[in-house]
Amino acid sequence: MNTPAPTRRQFLFGISAVAGGLLVGLPESRAQTGHGEVTAWVVITPDDTVTIRVARSDMGQGIFTALPMLVAEELECDWAKVRAEYADTNENLTRDKPWGDMVTSTSISVRASQEYLRQAGAQAREMLIAEAAARWNVTPVSCRARGGIVSHAASGRALRFGALAAAAARRPIPENVPLKAPSDWRLIGTSAARIEAAPKVFAEPIFATDVDLPGMLHAAVKNCPTIGGSVVAFDHAAVAGLPGVRHVVQVGKDAVAVVADSWRQANAAVEALPVTWDESIGTGVSNATLRTLFREGLADPAAAIGHRIDDVGASLGGAAQIIDVEYEAPFLAHATMEPQVCTAKVTAERIDLWAPTQNGEGTTNTIARVMQRDAAQIFVHKLQLGGGFGRRGLAQDWARQSVQIAAQVPGVPVRMLWSREEDFTHDYYRPMVLARQTAGFDAQGRLLGWKVRISGSSIAASLAPFWLKEGVDNALMDGFVEEDMPYAVASFEVGVARRDSHIPVGFWRGVNLSQNGWFREAFLDEIAAMRKIDPYLLRRELLSENPRALATLDAAAKLAGWGKPPAGRHQGIAIVEGDNAWCAQIAEISVTDGRLKVHRISCAVDPNFVVHPDITVQQIEGGIVQGLAAALYGEVTVEDGRVQQTNFHNYRYLRMEEMPVIDVALVPSLGRYGDRWGGVGETGLPPLAPALTNAIHPATGKRLRSLPISNHDLRV
Amino acid sequence: MRFPSLILAPILAAATTIAVTAEEVTLPQDEVASLAAFDRLVAVIEHPRCMNCHTSTDFPRQGNARLRHNMGVARGPENHGTPALQCATCHQDNNAPSGVPGNANWHLAPLSMAWEGLDRRGICRQLTDPARSTMTPEQLVEHMNNDPLVLWAWNPGNDLNGLPREKPPMSAGEFGELVRVWVANGAQCPD
Amino acid sequence: MPVLKVNGSPHEIDLPDDTPLLWALRDTLGLLGTRYGCGAALCGCCTVHADGKALRSCVATLADVAGAEILTIEGLGTAATPHPVQAAWLEIDVAQCGYCQSGQMMQAAALLREIPKPSDADIDAAMSGNLCRCGTYSRVRAAIHRAAEFI
Repeated sequence: MNTPAPTRRQFLFGISAVAGGLLVGLPESRAQTGHGEVTAWVVITPDDTVTIRVARSDMGQGIFTALPMLVAEELECDWAKVRAEYADTNENLTRDKPWGDMVTSTSISVRASQEYLRQAGAQAREMLIAEAAARWNVTPVSCRARGGIVSHAASGRALRFGALAAAAARRPIPENVPLKAPSDWRLIGTSAARIEAAPKVFAEPIFATDVDLPGMLHAAVKNCPTIGGSVVAFDHAAVAGLPGVRHVVQVGKDAVAVVADSWRQANAAVEALPVTWDESIGTGVSNATLRTLFREGLADPAAAIGHRIDDVGASLGGAAQIIDVEYEAPFLAHATMEPQVCTAKVTAERIDLWAPTQNGEGTTNTIARVMQRDAAQIFVHKLQLGGGFGRRGLAQDWARQSVQIAAQVPGVPVRMLWSREEDFTHDYYRPMVLARQTAGFDAQGRLLGWKVRISGSSIAASLAPFWLKEGVDNALMDGFVEEDMPYAVASFEVGVARRDSHIPVGFWRGVNLSQNGWFREAFLDEIAAMRKIDPYLLRRELLSENPRALATLDAAAKLAGWGKPPAGRHQGIAIVEGDNAWCAQIAEISVTDGRLKVHRISCAVDPNFVVHPDITVQQIEGGIVQGLAAALYGEVTVEDGRVQQTNFHNYRYLRMEEMPVIDVALVPSLGRYGDRWGGVGETGLPPLAPALTNAIHPATGKRLRSLPISNHDLRV
Repeated sequence: MRFPSLILAPILAAATTIAVTAEEVTLPQDEVASLAAFDRLVAVIEHPRCMNCHTSTDFPRQGNARLRHNMGVARGPENHGTPALQCATCHQDNNAPSGVPGNANWHLAPLSMAWEGLDRRGICRQLTDPARSTMTPEQLVEHMNNDPLVLWAWNPGNDLNGLPREKPPMSAGEFGELVRVWVANGAQCPD
Repeated sequence: MPVLKVNGSPHEIDLPDDTPLLWALRDTLGLLGTRYGCGAALCGCCTVHADGKALRSCVATLADVAGAEILTIEGLGTAATPHPVQAAWLEIDVAQCGYCQSGQMMQAAALLREIPKPSDADIDAAMSGNLCRCGTYSRVRAAIHRAAEFI
């Protein structure tokens, strides 16, 4: 056997010592504040180990490597000696937010923190240099830092970071240190060794499901089968005698839980527990009634207009030909591979949570509010997330439940785990949304006007009502509003009529672009067909004033060999900008006897700057697979108020045998079109569905205007 | 024998009621009994509980809708799945509470014993063709009466939605006895 | 008391016969690398080996595995002595969130045990029972081919 030795790096997941002891089997406790801390971001110990604090959450998007790289680039340390640990949520509060924002959503981690992270690295570097210069009695500018060593060339002296750190930490933190030009980066832009890879490969207990505290009990939950319903009564005595059962408790107004010695015992008991529910909130509500509700929204004359160019009514009124069609995108589940889970311990003095949270401060604030405690009493210990995709950010139902359960067993840590069935049936779903799109053409087929009406449930209304502006959720028009409607059309209008139901909706990869990107790009192909123009060339024409979009589009077309698919195959194209990262995709498919095969996805992406090319490609691959699975199979349906999908047999996901070849070309524009950095977590997803349905049209003659594709008969 | 004459009697009674005109000859009673038994037992063979693993494809099917088995499950060289994804990777000795069906030696019938796509006559030919059946008539009686995997069809448990799986349209005993009668009377096939 | 052999060591297990192996491993033996994903053999997160064959430990009961040699991810390899699959996983950087990866690697190791040089079709057949919501499939495939080169 000939195996290369893996580069093994320590991976610290911010597990601090708490009353009750260290977690068994978890890596050593985080460096304590004050021990080698040069700044809040950078900890250097005498052995030259550099620990960089990460404020955002790692859910597989590689920020435990990418964010430390931004610091290390300016710090000039030795990457092989870099470790990463979570910045402590509670300390962020008590130390006046040295780590800033901890939110991990909307592909924000790199793009929103890159500047202050590079600055943090530069500040620590300057402090180390200042300390060395003082010891040598030379000017700091005559010294330089490189590879974890400060040196003074003129005298030939050098000191390791580890020998300087403790004293450097007492020096003032300089402000506004000039940052390197991108052309001078040596680490950023390389696929540096991943910090967080080994613990996953050697299956270390890094997930919230793996938390194992002394004396810990296990909880299983049964939520009201209709979301938003409530518990009327439950028969505690019926299960009290079952093996291992310790407590049977109500959780909030809408759930019950059994606390037992093991999760299996807890789950067996909660499944056997007789509960009477009030499900009247959902009586009679189904996909059909919601469709009717949203359709009525599409015709609402009071729709809020989000963007208007010229007078679309007049343009359509004078049209010789009209396309007037309705698109429908279904509810989707997050279905993180790790179901909802959280461990909590509640005492009079403090509340500890071991949480897979996308937003440590969001968890803190939720628990402080629900438990009526001071936020400083809440200690959120973040772990690696077994997938997030938006499920574990603003939606903190799982954290709340875990504390509400543990509060009924004070002083005892309780690990709450939802069964997969609870997870599927109690999500904050990607909203079901309908769009009506109308385009008018003159007798020669020239586009005169394009009108869009959108209706569906609002994520803001469900999770963050304060985001609504006079009741309007502008996010429902993402991709169509002035900032992100890229196409130069003479007459255009988008409007929205929000319609909410008892089914909660939430952030899902790509958020509203996951529907609207498809609506827009699929309809653009309908326009191209009316104009009898190649869909790629139509996009080129309408993007002619946008060189950045054009470059991305052209790169994808070149990568895919647009217009020259192999015999028997067909192509479809789409381009969407998400979080300031342009992404163009071309799907290459065949349809045989109604059976669709996706052969290849060619993708070009321009996030402006790329920190770690391989992670970036990984994120795009992930977006494509998630988008493909959703387009092919994804659909959550509601019947009489209840969600019908319960597990992976009736909510299909893409499997290995269905994988297309994925080619990704990174085409970063490196600041040519502006300074704003892009995020790559989500932008890979929105173009997939339209590229795919746009390829199905030439293959079958069919325009698919509802998803998933598996609901359609593709036989010609 | 579990249900001796109990079942046999009505079958023979049915056979004797065939009207015979002067020009017609009377079929031998054993042939009539055999055909009548086959005519009834084939409804079990055609049931999804049996047919889903007696496929003519390189994969099993599942459910009453007889969809291709999820997860790309394939027949494999010995009808027990592919080398690394065996039937026994998931299917255990008993039905699992989660809805995953189980029985010792869960596997597909060999392709030579495929019934899928055949009409009743074709199924009968398959059963009685020594080259394809790989079972003697006596072995068929044994298989249909006592093979635990066959009998699973009458103890199919709940599906993944928690609903009882549909059983074949007659009891295991009735089916086993019909097979016995069919074989005992010459394993006759319809034309 | 029934004895369960895991990663070469016997363990006395005081649990009912119908306990799924997964929960004996996780909750009783503290082997937390084998993970719960669906409870119904639909996702493959919980894959272990029983006598060298892939097994979904969420549906296999202690009765089903009586007498079998169980291998979990903890017994597959270590950082110091990685299994070829683990070495390849690191080289290709397969994992994203990582939650399904124990099951992916155990399934891949079972495949390589049966077919040391698997084709893409062999990989499709062996790996299609293992879900990955992050979408690491292309890299899983590449890493299995790479691991085959190490063997």
